[in-house]
Amino acid sequence: MPFLYENRQIVTPGDLLAEGDYLAGFNTYKHDSKIYASRLGLVEYKGRKIDVVALNTFYIPQAGDLVIGKIVESNLHGWTVDINSPYPAILRTSEALNRPFRPQRDELSEFLDVNDLIFAKVISFDRTRDPNLTIREPDLGKIKYGQIVKVSPAKIPRIIGRKGSMIGMLKKETRCNITVGQNGLVLVSGRTREDERIAITAIKKIEEEAHTTGLTDRITEMVRKERGEVTQ
Amino acid sequence: MTSIMVSRIRRQQIAQLIADGKRLDGRGPKDYRPIQIESGIIGKAEGSARVRLGKTEVMVGVKIDIGEPFSDRPNEGVLTTNAEFVPLASPEFEAGPPGEESMELARVVDRGIRESKAIELEKLCIIPGKKVFVIFVDVYVLNHDGNLIDASTLASIAALMNTKIFKYEIKDGEVEKKPGFSPLPLRDVPISVTFASINGILVVDPWLDEEEVMDARLTIAFSKDGRICAIQKGGSGTLSPQQIIEAAHIAKEKTEELREIVVKS
Amino acid sequence: MTEKIVLVNEDGIRTDGRKLSELRPIKLEVGILSNADGSAYIEQGKNKILAAVYGPREVHPRHMALPDRALLRCRYHMAPFSVEERKSPAPSRREVELSKVIREAFEPAIFLEKFPRTSIDLFIEVLQADGGTRCAGVTVASLALADAGIPMRDLIVACAAGKAGGHLVLDLNDIEDKEGEADIPVAYMPSFNAVSLLQMDGLLTIEEFQQAINLALEGCKQIYALQKEALKAKYQAIKESAEVTEEE
Repeated sequence: MPFLYENRQIVTPGDLLAEGDYLAGFNTYKHDSKIYASRLGLVEYKGRKIDVVALNTFYIPQAGDLVIGKIVESNLHGWTVDINSPYPAILRTSEALNRPFRPQRDELSEFLDVNDLIFAKVISFDRTRDPNLTIREPDLGKIKYGQIVKVSPAKIPRIIGRKGSMIGMLKKETRCNITVGQNGLVLVSGRTREDERIAITAIKKIEEEAHTTGLTDRITEMVRKERGEVTQ
Repeated sequence: MTSIMVSRIRRQQIAQLIADGKRLDGRGPKDYRPIQIESGIIGKAEGSARVRLGKTEVMVGVKIDIGEPFSDRPNEGVLTTNAEFVPLASPEFEAGPPGEESMELARVVDRGIRESKAIELEKLCIIPGKKVFVIFVDVYVLNHDGNLIDASTLASIAALMNTKIFKYEIKDGEVEKKPGFSPLPLRDVPISVTFASINGILVVDPWLDEEEVMDARLTIAFSKDGRICAIQKGGSGTLSPQQIIEAAHIAKEKTEELREIVVKS
Repeated sequence: MTEKIVLVNEDGIRTDGRKLSELRPIKLEVGILSNADGSAYIEQGKNKILAAVYGPREVHPRHMALPDRALLRCRYHMAPFSVEERKSPAPSRREVELSKVIREAFEPAIFLEKFPRTSIDLFIEVLQADGGTRCAGVTVASLALADAGIPMRDLIVACAAGKAGGHLVLDLNDIEDKEGEADIPVAYMPSFNAVSLLQMDGLLTIEEFQQAINLALEGCKQIYALQKEALKAKYQAIKESAEVTEEE
């Protein structure tokens, strides 16, 4: 039996995508040798594997992910961090400080306080226990400048682009520093508010049109127009 | 109580037996547990009955009062059904306001009685638009060992069958009680049959252990003339349309048996 | 008693001009509330219903969390102004029961086991009621869940069939529901031929019941096609307009 949809056609949960010797990839599942979509998205047939690129998802942590989070609570052993996920994350003092924590002398809030933002890496998660974070690596830690944009985590790969093409273009064209959290939060910091505004507008447009083709070119053009550098 | 937590192994055991057409307590798929009905056991109530369905035990008391009719039914009496999961009936039951389970039970029992038009409500009007008899059916679950819906329906209809209404006269627009009673006018005896679907196989009258492993529950009530008068599916599984029709045919047969037991009691 | 209302005339036409097995006009919109993780709106005849989904998210109160799957909670609620006589905003027994059966209708469809210790909260608000609100509520809630990106085995679709004026009819409106002989709401997963909600009130022979179920399932299949269209429409429009700009 051939594929039942064209590549990149929109499918909905319960749509039968293929029948026979195929593998259920992202956002699909197998039932009696039939592959069905489990999420609204664009179907991608890749040889024997079938994926659905979801149009909207929420963030489920995975070890190795880089995320942006907000400190919501501090306790004896560390901090609880909101990482825009159903599962709150834990940052232990040992993963935040470069030296042992001394409860008698150190005050946790001097390092990180409630409402602080951090850029962190997920070190473990298995759904039976909450995810653990670390900030003891280069480029990780407390966020001090910039603005946060929230997008659907499903759109993060599109914001990064193939081999970083989209994000590379955005940084160059908007002259902003852009840090992408896999959890759907993006940090934008530029030299001027106007640079940041343009970058944020571009990110929102990528989110909205993530499922369309020719996006990088359209975004480049949009940024240049916004900056008053008409290309024609 | 063994049945609070049904282990994985027990689930397998129950499901495998059912696949072979057998059940853990020795019954066949279409067998009810032994049914015992005692009528008129609460003297203070206008009608009452206690039903034992295996170890499940339900008492129903019927109380009668005078109240206002519904505005869209000015010439009819009012039926009100309530179910109480009494805390002594199960370690799972807690005192407090009724939960969704007991509300569902009350509404399903009510549906069978109401939709079969079992009570001749139009005969319960005292002063049209102003005063009618209100029939309170209170279901009291005393011991929960599964299939509360059928036990409660049986107990309710048995209680209604021995319910008496006080005689009255109207003096200056007020209702005054007179000595003597007349029976509650009934025209039907609705009976429900409840199934559990376990791995796609239907069994009637599930006991607690079966309820805890079932995928879905299906209740079908029939009126005396063999018509369906109420249905309720419960549980977080699904049923195929074929299963539903099969269940309707089995239920029709079973309701005839059960009705005979109630009428004779 | 007042005069009996004629629910179906000699030509087999119903009070609102429909044929016996005709659905009311249905309008569906996806993604209309900005705060919710997923949302949708339905108009089915005079019914106007909103659905919103929050989650998966942390469970509050925490002790309700389940170790092996997500907790699905559902609230079906009617606005006080949704019916002729003002309805008290406190949940009635009917609303509690419907919330339960609607939740149970969705449990087999959602991959709850993938998100242990979280909750998925589903809210159905009936803004205007005209019969068949639980079915329309299920249909629209399914779109809100898909919009929220909650993985599901299939969309759940619901439709009622029943008997009114002596005829088997599809998708009963308010008068048919109140004055008719029987009403059977059905929720269904078309890809698996599986019924996940079934109720009936009224009086029907087994034969009539069987026909009515089949009629309801036919209705479900028609609405299922509309659900898919509505979900795709939200993104298709953006796709087309964006790609047209590109060709210019």
